Amino acid sequence: MSKDIRIKKGLDLKLKGEAAHKIADTTRSKVYAVKPSDFHGVNPKMVVKEGDNVKAGEVIFYSKADEKVKFVAPVSGKIQEIKRGEKRVILEILIAADSQDVFVEHSKKNPNDLSTEEVKAHLLASGCWPFINQRPYDVIANSADTPKAIFISAHATAPLAADVEFVLANKLEAFQVGIDALTKLTSGKVHLSVKGKGKSIFSDVKGVSLHQVYGPHPAGNVGVQIAKISPINAGERVWTVTPQDVAIIGELFLTGKFNATRTVALAGSEVKDAQYYNVISGAAVSDLVAGKIEGDNVRVISGDVLTGAKVNMDGNLGFYSNTVTVIPEGNVYRMFGWMPFASPSVHSASRTGLSWLMPGKKYAPNTNLNGEERALVVTGEMEAVMPLDIFPMQLLKACLASDIDKMESLGIYEVAPEDFALIDYTNTSKLEAQQIIREALDLMIKEVG
Amino acid sequence: MKFLRDKIDQIKKPFEKGQKFEKFAPAINALDTFLYVPNHTTKHGAHIRDAVDLKRTMITVVLALVPALLFGIYNAGYQHFIQLNDGVLPPFMDIFLHGLWKVLPMIIVSYAVGLGIEFAFAIFRGHEVNEGYLVSGLLIPMVMPVDFPLWMLAISVAFAVVIGKEAFGGTGMNVFNPALLARAFAFFAYPTFMSGDKIWVSDASTIDGVSGETILGSLAQGKEVAYSTMEMFLGFIPGSVGETSVLAILIGAFVLIATGVGSWKIMVSGVVGAAATALMFNAVGLTALMNFDWVNHLVVGGFAFGIVFMATDPVSAAQTDKGKIIYGLLIGFFSITIRVFNPAYPEGVMLAILLMNTLAPTIDYFVVNGNITKRKKRLAKAKQLKSA
Repeated sequence: MSKDIRIKKGLDLKLKGEAAHKIADTTRSKVYAVKPSDFHGVNPKMVVKEGDNVKAGEVIFYSKADEKVKFVAPVSGKIQEIKRGEKRVILEILIAADSQDVFVEHSKKNPNDLSTEEVKAHLLASGCWPFINQRPYDVIANSADTPKAIFISAHATAPLAADVEFVLANKLEAFQVGIDALTKLTSGKVHLSVKGKGKSIFSDVKGVSLHQVYGPHPAGNVGVQIAKISPINAGERVWTVTPQDVAIIGELFLTGKFNATRTVALAGSEVKDAQYYNVISGAAVSDLVAGKIEGDNVRVISGDVLTGAKVNMDGNLGFYSNTVTVIPEGNVYRMFGWMPFASPSVHSASRTGLSWLMPGKKYAPNTNLNGEERALVVTGEMEAVMPLDIFPMQLLKACLASDIDKMESLGIYEVAPEDFALIDYTNTSKLEAQQIIREALDLMIKEVG
Repeated sequence: MKFLRDKIDQIKKPFEKGQKFEKFAPAINALDTFLYVPNHTTKHGAHIRDAVDLKRTMITVVLALVPALLFGIYNAGYQHFIQLNDGVLPPFMDIFLHGLWKVLPMIIVSYAVGLGIEFAFAIFRGHEVNEGYLVSGLLIPMVMPVDFPLWMLAISVAFAVVIGKEAFGGTGMNVFNPALLARAFAFFAYPTFMSGDKIWVSDASTIDGVSGETILGSLAQGKEVAYSTMEMFLGFIPGSVGETSVLAILIGAFVLIATGVGSWKIMVSGVVGAAATALMFNAVGLTALMNFDWVNHLVVGGFAFGIVFMATDPVSAAQTDKGKIIYGLLIGFFSITIRVFNPAYPEGVMLAILLMNTLAPTIDYFVVNGNITKRKKRLAKAKQLKSA
């Protein structure tokens, strides 16, 4: 039985620079990167050395905590450099790409013919396991667990996020095979959430419990859907996978290859002719954006403006990103910017600006903090953008105090940092809510596990 | 404009990290941020942020206070001339200027003492100056009698800021509303200057035979009320500087509710609570105060001012949505109850709000506990299903 998901609380940010529904190829980058920081909590143990030749899909490191979880090269080439930071932490593994990829060949398999253990082993060996994330804690799934359900959100509501239905329109076959594989991994159901309005291309997908989603962002966040369908209790595990990653998993079973190519929306107010591009994970930022952005005082974000990671112009895209957003930097002073009802070009969800009178207006926000961090004074504003059945301010305070009992009773298991992204955006005190939640989850992993 | 920015940057040089006056940076930053929103960019979390900040929120409250303040200044002059000048009123500007002459020094003293302490604590603690006092500093003179001596005002402010706020950890941590705490301190420390019939009209103490007492004061003594409901609503009555005109306060309430800065839940439930309680007493009707019409209860004294500007202080009020409604209802109930049953202190709204400030965390505790219990029940059910 499917269940519709309707939320009222939230906020749709309307930004300039939405990607047009066109796909183009990009030039192949000279260097691709795999960044362990994309995999939160993973302590990498290297398998390859600088100078080694690798095939696309060949293991380059694994997780020290769970040796079965392997991470593979997105392209074939030579390990150019293993960049290290403070305390020899591995920052990036740079691969100088061959002109054409040579893939590690796995055998073609039909997941319907395989047992749970065989599917698991195949995903782990091929490097597809990191696509599977776990709630609570928002980290890569533990391969020893059996989750109570798997959730896939095929409706992206974040500002300027890639349109899932457009991106996967030609990959439905692979998507279905990916779903078939995932259904083997859970004792419960695979839940697929799609946009509520109009007919979805996913409505004929088999083997899933289909849900239609209505409402403003964060309706598309998988955490909101989990809370509405089957909230996480203490001790339970659910897994989440993003739709493009489901298709990559499906392709592995269909072709025997790990193909890290994904369709990425290049969007944002500073992008000329924003549209979609086919890119291999870890591609150089400059190859994607060169000649396509205006001005030079910009920030390139691998991901959306609310949850993405800042990347340097000479850096590389992240492992999971389906969106790359370019917005102006906000390192400028704004005279009397604090005055109520002044500066109409800066959006405000509160009614102390004029935005609420112009609901259709699109904005081109920069990265300015629009104020300074202050004590928590205003109440009720966090609740307005929090559709989950939790008390956000009380939970954040419990997190700040590292009060584990309270965090647990207030629902820390049900949240991920992205669920607090809008609170980052709207809160008057400029509190870093996502960071607080991330640190609290890390504490829970350490103390409770 | 670039010239001005460059100049400020130049002035700020010695206050930068590692420089001579580094410790005093919060003070200079506080002044700079009044001219410019700083060039700070996001480092963690969401890359874009809302235009709203604490400064904008607080200034919105100050804007909402302006109508009540302007009327309060005029009324200070009006009461002076109507009572001491045999009812002969000079031109409008003279009335206003007399009021301004009385009220402006109170505002200056309040801001000078309060902000001085806030800046000192910010420098001492090494954090930025919070904007909370912008509102408290204006509220305090508005809840005092017009003839309240300035030195007493200064001490009340110092008490409220140091004991009421900084001792608890500063802005956002205080249990009591600082402005009300200043008033309560003044009331108990200097009772003769905070009640009676000589202090509500400026210079009344210089002339004998002036009945400048407040309506609630005279009611408590069993006297007749000499004002109509309309006079009470418009505010041409004796009382604390900013509290008399319900009309001006309603304009402020409109600003607070329209901008979402003040909680309409607290305001509405407060009025409902007070009206219901007053109606109940009207029905019993044993004393003059019990018989005082419920509509008049809402427009007289500090009730409207308290419920719009004091009860809605987000730090000392209940913080949950359900909690706000309970909090407001109880403030309304206690305000009227204290008025009716405590002739020694007829104005109940101050004590009602302070009382509810102490109870607000308890209300929130029970509201949040509902959520916790729901989660526990869900867990128990899941466990039961699993074992079955």
